[in-house]
Amino acid sequence: MIVNDTKLPDLPPPSSTSGIIGWLRINLFSTPFYSVLTLVVGYLLWSTLIPAFQWIFIDSDWVGDSRDACTSGGACWVFISVRMDQFIYGFYPETEYWRINILFVMLALLIGALIYEGTPKKGWIAAFALTAFPVISFFLLYGGSFGLEVVETHKWGGLSLTLVLALVGIVASLPIGIFLALGRRSNMTAVRSFCTVFIEMWRGVPLITILFMASVMLPLFVPEEIDFDKLLRALIGITLFQSAYMAEVIRGGLQAIPKGQYEAADALGLSYWKKMGLIVLPQALKIMIPGIVNTFIALFKDTSLVLIIGLFDLLAIVQAALSDPKWLGYSIEGYAFVAFVFWVFCFSMSRYSQYLERKLHTGHGAR
Amino acid sequence: MPSDVNKGVAPSSKPKFWNDPDKRAMLFQVLMVLTVLGFFAYIISNALYNLEKRGITTGFAFLDQSAGFEILLALLPYDATYSFGRTFLVGLLNTLLVSFLGVILATVIGFVMGIARLSQNWLVNKVATAYIEIFRNIPLLLQILFWYVAVLQPLPLPRASIEIGGAFLNNRGLYLPWPVFESGFSLVMIALAIAICAVVWLLRWNHKRQDATGERFPVLWTSLALLIGLPLLVYVLAGSPMSWDEPVLKGFNFKGGATIIPELMALLIALSVYTGTFIAEIVRSGILAVSHGQTEAAGALGLNKSKTLRLIVVPQSMRVIIPPLTSQYLNLIKNSSLATAIGYPDLVSVFMGTTLNQTGQAIEIIFMTMAVYLTINLIVSMLMNLYNKRMSLVER
Repeated sequence: MIVNDTKLPDLPPPSSTSGIIGWLRINLFSTPFYSVLTLVVGYLLWSTLIPAFQWIFIDSDWVGDSRDACTSGGACWVFISVRMDQFIYGFYPETEYWRINILFVMLALLIGALIYEGTPKKGWIAAFALTAFPVISFFLLYGGSFGLEVVETHKWGGLSLTLVLALVGIVASLPIGIFLALGRRSNMTAVRSFCTVFIEMWRGVPLITILFMASVMLPLFVPEEIDFDKLLRALIGITLFQSAYMAEVIRGGLQAIPKGQYEAADALGLSYWKKMGLIVLPQALKIMIPGIVNTFIALFKDTSLVLIIGLFDLLAIVQAALSDPKWLGYSIEGYAFVAFVFWVFCFSMSRYSQYLERKLHTGHGAR
Repeated sequence: MPSDVNKGVAPSSKPKFWNDPDKRAMLFQVLMVLTVLGFFAYIISNALYNLEKRGITTGFAFLDQSAGFEILLALLPYDATYSFGRTFLVGLLNTLLVSFLGVILATVIGFVMGIARLSQNWLVNKVATAYIEIFRNIPLLLQILFWYVAVLQPLPLPRASIEIGGAFLNNRGLYLPWPVFESGFSLVMIALAIAICAVVWLLRWNHKRQDATGERFPVLWTSLALLIGLPLLVYVLAGSPMSWDEPVLKGFNFKGGATIIPELMALLIALSVYTGTFIAEIVRSGILAVSHGQTEAAGALGLNKSKTLRLIVVPQSMRVIIPPLTSQYLNLIKNSSLATAIGYPDLVSVFMGTTLNQTGQAIEIIFMTMAVYLTINLIVSMLMNLYNKRMSLVER
């Protein structure tokens, strides 16, 4: 009788299920249909991505100061680099660029501090970002005090204007949105119906019509001595539009707070504003951050609509540069640049909001 | 005060009226209504004064005046002699046209990409992910301008058109052959109507039979055969009463056939590609929302893969998909107003743009335009609520 008392070495897994071959078999060629699909999609990608890559990176021109530098037949990034200052700062006087740069640095620091988890006193930083920072920005950008030269708003443009529109839109719409959301859930009929009508009206129409309304009708609604700035009109329109969307996000957050919290606050004898300000809103605002970031992404993309009422945001200023007779025919490069800038901003924000959603999702739901 | 407690005196039975929540709420609401009314009275009086000063008469009389401008694309008979009221209708129809086509295209793209995103095939999965992440994060207006300025405008002149199987593509648009129906074609339409009736009857009959006996009839294939076969048979029997009107190059441009102007093409591509990304995400999460136990239960009951998908997964995921899908459709309709950036004659471009510039009737025109979008919104949300009521689970 033969007894083997030593364990035989494990056989390696069959080569068809491990290594590169196994990966290919499982992920690309598992069934005949998938094999055909892989080949077709692979061919399409190969035949489009390779020329695109060549056009963007290999055959392209990066340095120079006029279109004569673009000789190699690929993308002409010189068009972008020559006008980079204009695309970022608009028509802002060159000697005053430092003012915008300071704001960029402050903004980056604030965002960094708010995103980093270990920052102490986050609440105060957020409060600073929502109240003092806009005021400082206004005085720096517009000037007129502290010995700064006044820069009229029609000189603002490019990426800095896009950021101004988006940030003012979000900062101004947050408090309005909170009041609208509270109003929509109020017991008082008049308040509730007013807030509901307000929210649904702005949510039901396209942003363009609101911008048109702000730019054409606002001047009619005020006494003629008051002269509204074009940028201010656009900002009012964007804020009205955004606050309606913000209100719906906040309402979602308010609804997610368990009823027991409201009842406990009532039982403690807190007044309405104390109940909301100390118990409900702090909890609701925290779970609403992903939603707020998502509406901010939508708003950031929507700021490009001001092109239609004649403001020069990033897209509009590139669009204007495309019709410069010295640089005709580089529209793809121009749009690709704008698309890239918007994409970087929006993609990173959407990743951040997804990360937050995962972090906040501590329940036992299916995921 | 402790002395009060000892005496056990009840607090005065009637609180001061500013401490009574009901009365306070009433007062607050009255104040708010008065403020809102006062605000409106203020802006209306300002507006009336300003309009009078600029010599603009208010009212809707301008709708009967003759417009005096041409419109690039009109689904109704239209030329410069028609009234501003007609321009409103023409613009509205153009908005509805691009929205309708956009909704169909975006749904197709969205469902294909949403399913591809769940595919086991690594390459297909990654392509779908890349598509969604790229096009969702680029502003729609930029995409519209890109397709129009960077892709469609540099196309060759009509003489050097690109030919795609009988259709011609050049910088003036896409020229398609268009069917011309001859006298006998009504028979084919009647056959199609009969086929549709037969399919409806078949569906009901199948449902009843399944309830009674548990057997299923292959409805899909028989109804497809009915819908295609019957009209085709009549078409052949009637002697092919249809011909194609082919576009032909005459002088500087094509004549005949149907034309899709580049403005419509650019808007349509951009709208459906952009909205498609959102629909794809909705479809993906809808399918993932059907719990795995459902698929396993279907397998345990002995249903095959396609039946599991058709009878178990799709009906349940549709319940999750349809509400957000509707709001994407509404977004698409609202976003179609970006047409004005490239000059596609939609409602905003024709009415709020050109008509407003010519007449100066800002208030009337902006309210009419907003009212159109609000009405569309209200109708769709009402339908949506009806659907939700029908579909909602009956909970015990």
